[in-house]
Amino acid sequence: MRLTQGCFSFLPDLTDEQISRQIQYCLDKGWAVNLEYTDDPHPRNTYWEMWGLPMFDIRDAKAIMSELAECRRIHDDCYIRLSAFDATHTWESLRISFIVQRPRDEPGFMLTRAEAAGRTLRYETRAYVVQKPEGARYGNSG
Amino acid sequence: MDTPNPNITDEAQTVRGKARYKSGVLEYRKMGYWEPDYEPKTTDVIALFRITPQDGVDPVEAAAAVAGESSTATWTVVWTDRLTACEKYRAKAYRVDPVPNAPGQYFAYIAYDLALFEPGSIANLTASIIGNVFGFKPLKALRLEDMRLPVAYVKTFDGPATGIVVERERLDKFGRPLLGATVKPKLGLSGRNYGRVVYEALKGGLDFTKDDENINSQPFMHWRDRFLYCMEAVNKAQAATGEVKGTYLNVTAGTMEDMYERAAFAHELGSSIIMIDLVIGYTAIQSMSKWARRHDMILHLHRAGHGTYTRHKTHGVSFRVISKWMRLAGVDHIHAGTVVGKLEGDPLTTRGFYDILREDYNETRYEHGIFFDQDWAGTRKVMPVASGGIHAGQMHQLLHHLGEDVVLQFGGGTIGHPQGIAAGAMANRVALEAMILARNEGRDYLAEGPQILNDAARHCLPLRQALDTWGEVSFNYASTDTPDFVPTAMPAY
Repeated sequence: MRLTQGCFSFLPDLTDEQISRQIQYCLDKGWAVNLEYTDDPHPRNTYWEMWGLPMFDIRDAKAIMSELAECRRIHDDCYIRLSAFDATHTWESLRISFIVQRPRDEPGFMLTRAEAAGRTLRYETRAYVVQKPEGARYGNSG
Repeated sequence: MDTPNPNITDEAQTVRGKARYKSGVLEYRKMGYWEPDYEPKTTDVIALFRITPQDGVDPVEAAAAVAGESSTATWTVVWTDRLTACEKYRAKAYRVDPVPNAPGQYFAYIAYDLALFEPGSIANLTASIIGNVFGFKPLKALRLEDMRLPVAYVKTFDGPATGIVVERERLDKFGRPLLGATVKPKLGLSGRNYGRVVYEALKGGLDFTKDDENINSQPFMHWRDRFLYCMEAVNKAQAATGEVKGTYLNVTAGTMEDMYERAAFAHELGSSIIMIDLVIGYTAIQSMSKWARRHDMILHLHRAGHGTYTRHKTHGVSFRVISKWMRLAGVDHIHAGTVVGKLEGDPLTTRGFYDILREDYNETRYEHGIFFDQDWAGTRKVMPVASGGIHAGQMHQLLHHLGEDVVLQFGGGTIGHPQGIAAGAMANRVALEAMILARNEGRDYLAEGPQILNDAARHCLPLRQALDTWGEVSFNYASTDTPDFVPTAMPAY
């Protein structure tokens, strides 16, 4: 399966040049670009690991691309997402978020159903990979 | 910027003292309901009415009558006024302007003291402002065009249960419009068949599916059956995509007790969102908003019935006013027009609705139908929903007219796809993502829209098929609810 979180997952994976243009868009808006990675792709896993702090003071797309390259080198078997924070009053949250690296294989999720009262079912979504320990879920580098 | 027409400058004729309370009938303008020198206080509620007086009725007297009948007046003088601080409680018409290019119609500005209104009650606000006056005989027609709600009053409402920002955080979806579809046919599907449409649409790439306004609990599908099958579809699609999905479960019913029961079942099944119809009434909407807030649910409002009183320009209530009331009442989603689809929606007027729902502060923009500055004082924002006759081939126009914080709902434009519902959903999602990518890259996406879509269709056959099926479909009819002020034609006063 292909994890479709983020705002460009239905397009072919973005090239570095395309990512760089999206970063420039964020910088032009005055947003802080942020990189995060994870090997737990559950749709409600909110807190991916932070690759340092949001880059509040880096206003150069090239510098952010080199951070991304370093993050990819260390975490080559993880999902990496790029997002941007807008600190404007009454927004104060993310303005964009998209995946910039995904593992070579994405085994997807198991949906379990536990029969409850009446015809009600209790659902649980579980990524197949989380049966392995964190850091050893995709590829060989863990 | 001022309105381009000179005001009517009739002097005040208010009768004061003992003569004011002599038994009998007195013109409204003499009773204190026409005060052209009145300066509205920052705490006043201001209403702007379009009045069409009967032939021979003076517009100022008509405006004074509207002020009177929407506040303290009755048809004759009553001595009991003198037991109250009646001058404070009288609404005051303070300005009357002829409507540009509309003989016989006038804009009347009326100010109401804050003391007239119960805090946090749309029912009370509307019982005053639109309670009696719309059937008033001396008027041929009356329309409530806009309102200025003072911050002091805005702060008495909780506002949206969730709001745009928190909804996006809960859904983990940022940087693009959300995508939805209304299940079709809207009547007749069994619960099992209905859930099939939900599953295919969500798996294919939509974020939400939606019950239609008249799907409640009919013989062909009991509400519990629908909820159970829909949640199977939502959970299955979520596991298939790794993405948060939802379906608006319509809890509209005949009584509040039934609605609470349905909402509680939706909550128990793990739904993130419920839905109500505008026809349930303002108090029921506020009750459901408080319920939604207590249960961490997003509240979707379908504006069923609004066209009966919002569409025609001379009589009724403008949808911009309904938008303000619904932001106060506390819904998270509201249908607010598509511009390009099958339902009424002039582009500039629709922009005005969207601004009211989403901005922190609305600046006066006559050309969008916005007559007042409106400070929302931090009230959460409402996500507008664009639904009705839209398709993937219009994606550049939709993004241009409606912006990023909107739910684009393609019902027929998903379910009617020649290769099936999932293919239709994928076509919409690919078209949207391609357009956002191009916009962010600084391309002139409105002019290059068809090219951007054709390029995206090269790696997405379902989009190619959608463009081939609907690419040329448009709904070009003249709008009835249009602005009265055109910026280019405005002389400088």
